[in-house]
Amino acid sequence: MTQAPERYMGNGLPRKEDPNLVTGKANWTDNIKLPGMVHMSMLRSPFARAKVTKLDVSAALERPGVVAAFTGADLAEEWPGGVPCAAVVSEEQKTPFFPPIVTDEVRHVGDVVAVVVASDRYAAQDALEFIEVDYEPLPAIVNMEDALKADSPLVHEDLGTNECFTYTANVGNTDELFDRTDDSGDAGAEIRGPEIQGQGDTDEAFRQASVVVKERYIQQRLLPTAIEPRAAVAYPDPGHGGYVIYSSTQVPHLAKIVLSLATGIPENQIRVVAPDVGGGFGSKLNIYREEILAVVLAKTLGVPVKFVEDRSENYQATIHGRGQIQDIELAADSEGKILGMRVKLLDDMGAYLQLLTPVIAISGGAMFPGVYTFDNFSIEIKGVFTNLTPTDAYRGAGRPEACYAIERAMDSLARELDMDPAEIRRRNFYEPFDEPTANPAGLMYDSFNLQGALDRAIELADYQSLREEQRRRRESNDPVQLGIGFATYTEICGLGPSHALAGLGIGGGGWEVASVRMLVTGKVEVATGTSPHGQGHETSWSQIAADVLGVTPDDVEVLHGDTGIVPFGRDTYGSRSLAVGGIAVYHAANKVVEKGKKIAAHMLEAAEDDIEFEGGKFSVAGSPDQNVGIGDVAGAAYLGNDLPEGMEPTLNETMTFDPPNFTFPFGAHICVTEVDTETGAVKIRDYIAVDDCGPVINPTIVDGQLHGGLAQGIAQALYEGVIYDEEGNLLTASMVNYMIPGAPELPNYTLDRTVTPSPSNPLGVKGVGEAGTIGAPPAVINSVVDALSPMGIRHIDMPASPMRVWKAIQNAQGKPSGDRQEDASLGASAADIKQGGDA
Amino acid sequence: MRRIQVSVNGVAYEHEVEPRLLLVHYLREGLNLTGTMVGCNTSNCGACTVLLDGESVKSCTLFAVQADGHEITTVQGLQTNGDWHPMQTAFHEQHALQCGYCTPGMILASVSYLKENPNPNEEDIREALEGNYCRCTGYENIVKAVQQAAGQTS
Ligand code: FES
Ligand code: FES
Repeated sequence: MTQAPERYMGNGLPRKEDPNLVTGKANWTDNIKLPGMVHMSMLRSPFARAKVTKLDVSAALERPGVVAAFTGADLAEEWPGGVPCAAVVSEEQKTPFFPPIVTDEVRHVGDVVAVVVASDRYAAQDALEFIEVDYEPLPAIVNMEDALKADSPLVHEDLGTNECFTYTANVGNTDELFDRTDDSGDAGAEIRGPEIQGQGDTDEAFRQASVVVKERYIQQRLLPTAIEPRAAVAYPDPGHGGYVIYSSTQVPHLAKIVLSLATGIPENQIRVVAPDVGGGFGSKLNIYREEILAVVLAKTLGVPVKFVEDRSENYQATIHGRGQIQDIELAADSEGKILGMRVKLLDDMGAYLQLLTPVIAISGGAMFPGVYTFDNFSIEIKGVFTNLTPTDAYRGAGRPEACYAIERAMDSLARELDMDPAEIRRRNFYEPFDEPTANPAGLMYDSFNLQGALDRAIELADYQSLREEQRRRRESNDPVQLGIGFATYTEICGLGPSHALAGLGIGGGGWEVASVRMLVTGKVEVATGTSPHGQGHETSWSQIAADVLGVTPDDVEVLHGDTGIVPFGRDTYGSRSLAVGGIAVYHAANKVVEKGKKIAAHMLEAAEDDIEFEGGKFSVAGSPDQNVGIGDVAGAAYLGNDLPEGMEPTLNETMTFDPPNFTFPFGAHICVTEVDTETGAVKIRDYIAVDDCGPVINPTIVDGQLHGGLAQGIAQALYEGVIYDEEGNLLTASMVNYMIPGAPELPNYTLDRTVTPSPSNPLGVKGVGEAGTIGAPPAVINSVVDALSPMGIRHIDMPASPMRVWKAIQNAQGKPSGDRQEDASLGASAADIKQGGDA
Repeated sequence: MRRIQVSVNGVAYEHEVEPRLLLVHYLREGLNLTGTMVGCNTSNCGACTVLLDGESVKSCTLFAVQADGHEITTVQGLQTNGDWHPMQTAFHEQHALQCGYCTPGMILASVSYLKENPNPNEEDIREALEGNYCRCTGYENIVKAVQQAAGQTS
């Protein structure tokens, strides 16, 4: 690799993105105003399931400012494809037609019944009240286990079932393993009698005694809650024909394809722009019915159409995350070595399939074995339709679910064997490796050194002193008990090799594109197919290009988020941007240098093999005075009047990088909590995270990603959870009653890194966007349960709110704890099953 | 319609507005001051925070008519002769923003708070910002930025 005298990679440069953002000059979608622009507002269903028996928009049309109003029947021909789902995870998968506006039946609270277009937002909103609509409410399907019963009503009558798909995978011999050791009776762990192998050698027999841990865990639904709600502006493109859509999206390139499939408008007549985007976390990795509607209305009315959702619409109509019931069994020998794992999941689809809904649990499915090596693994995943908001990717997308289950189960196993939770993890770790190594589900982990990360975390936490403090508090019956919780995790990043994505049922397209152009003035343009919304790609990609080309990051301008400017791209999600898109930048910049060498050789009248490149200068080996700067080479390439025979003018190189494998960052987290046994309040006293995402391009940005990820993981563990009632009403429908944590609720973090390069790409980078969200939930809950374990408490469901913790303590002490509203969508909670508490 | 007179970022305006027009919409749609954003409309997130006579308020909870006769500062009014306010510099230097959507509100709430309490400790800062949500940063760097602006760190 060529190298600048100053290396920018590895440097925590302040971000290039910031100046616009701190001065109020950002370009949010909601800022866009165009001549003749109208606003659309949706009439949304107040029922989870109902027939629409009467619908008349004519009175709304009479209201001041109203331009148009439509029912689903009016526009049905405009969306032949409906809202598309890109995932097919089994041959039998049921994919319902998902119309932007329903025509007969509403299927979740917030489903769209009609649309009004008016001169401004207030007028559109006012007019909704004048739409005449009658509903015949039907019993709602809210709970996944009920939905699968034979007599359940159906979310989609035409599909004949509420089961979207069943996916199974079986490696090794789990059934035999569990049938041998499992009494399939009560939930909970048990130590089985010895497997007699030798004769009369009880020591030997006890050494092989196996333990089976059976647990049920709940992944509550979560609201992704990007602080910028969704927004879109669609308009007929006056210059070129076709349509331009500005959208607050993570995926302008995917949106271009999906909008074409949905509407039948040819793909080459659609340009999608993602301007500044105020957070996504997976919720904007989707193409929504409102975006399709905006395009359809721009086409129908011939004017710019704007849609901006308010927060309650965001909570009803933007995808939810998680929503799983997890049954997990682990079998181990008496030394704590895992022999096998069996997993059964129910995964809540909601009422329709959004872009990736069915694939979320499946992509996480292969991650259930976590950082532990063993042979026998089986998993069964059922996708279930309910009359609730559709689920899809939310930060981590399948991986936090998997990590939580295995990391909670590891603690159960440790408890059954009376073993230290760090020790049981260590006994099952892979030995460090740096070449791809198969996990029990067949994924090829790229490189691990788990021992290094765990050692460092234990050192930073001063683990032994913590255990001593815990012992003292226990002995003195301190009302505030200390908990120490571990999570050692890996995640799958860098989505991904196209062939592997095809295997997951989403076709492929795991590559990423970058173009690097040297302009005639010596400046550099990098066009990337990634589409950042807070991740700082402009800064990091500039650092990569600057180092390869021997310029400064300020010389580099990064272009992104506009299909008119960057024609091909696969956008930003799944912690893929650096490990795929950043590598494409690296390769494209190197191609520029390679072509530059040929030109420099020609200019310096030397052999190409003798040309060296360093610090932005091409020079002849052995005579450094004979040199030419990359800017001059760019100028010569641009003018094109004196180039090597047959060479195309310009220094403008493109790379489409399709990685050979995913990347697998890993790490060790330790959460130290103080749990007030009188109030149930949990305070995170310390959070130690040692993460290994390979070499780091910008450590400041990486730490920021970790902070934010940890915050969202802690939020799932302690604070957040969607609550539906039995009728499918969303009780957490605004920020007033859905608690995202503010500054007082969250701790500072103790972060450190180990560096194990990935063999999947030349920079060895892995990805970091979701690490915190994956490691934190089990670390926090393991810590809370650890604090309370002397009381016999073995599990508390997320979010471990003061009320839940207090109830668990009351129940453990045989005291009444009263009732409270719990979410109706996920069945009896694990804690209730485990502890026999009240419902 | 009602006539209001307001001074926004030092510029005097006079407009006829609907009595129900929210201040945040007046700023965004009426004056094109799009540095003030909407995140919730329920007075929870703080994305719409502006200064009203120097004190932070949530402009989604005020009607434009309530600002009649008052002085408003939005994030666009924080610079002096083109120089960033120390709080803007601190947010940049401490990496206290990612997507930046919460940032103008967060900066204005912090500016107003330091006037009230120029020498806060970490816990004070966290409590003071409880009405401003950030979904990206986890707050640690925001707290550091406020400490920097308070002159507690470099
Ligand atoms: S928009 Fe005003 S507080 Fe959220
Ligand atoms: S930086 Fe994105 S919400 Fe704060």
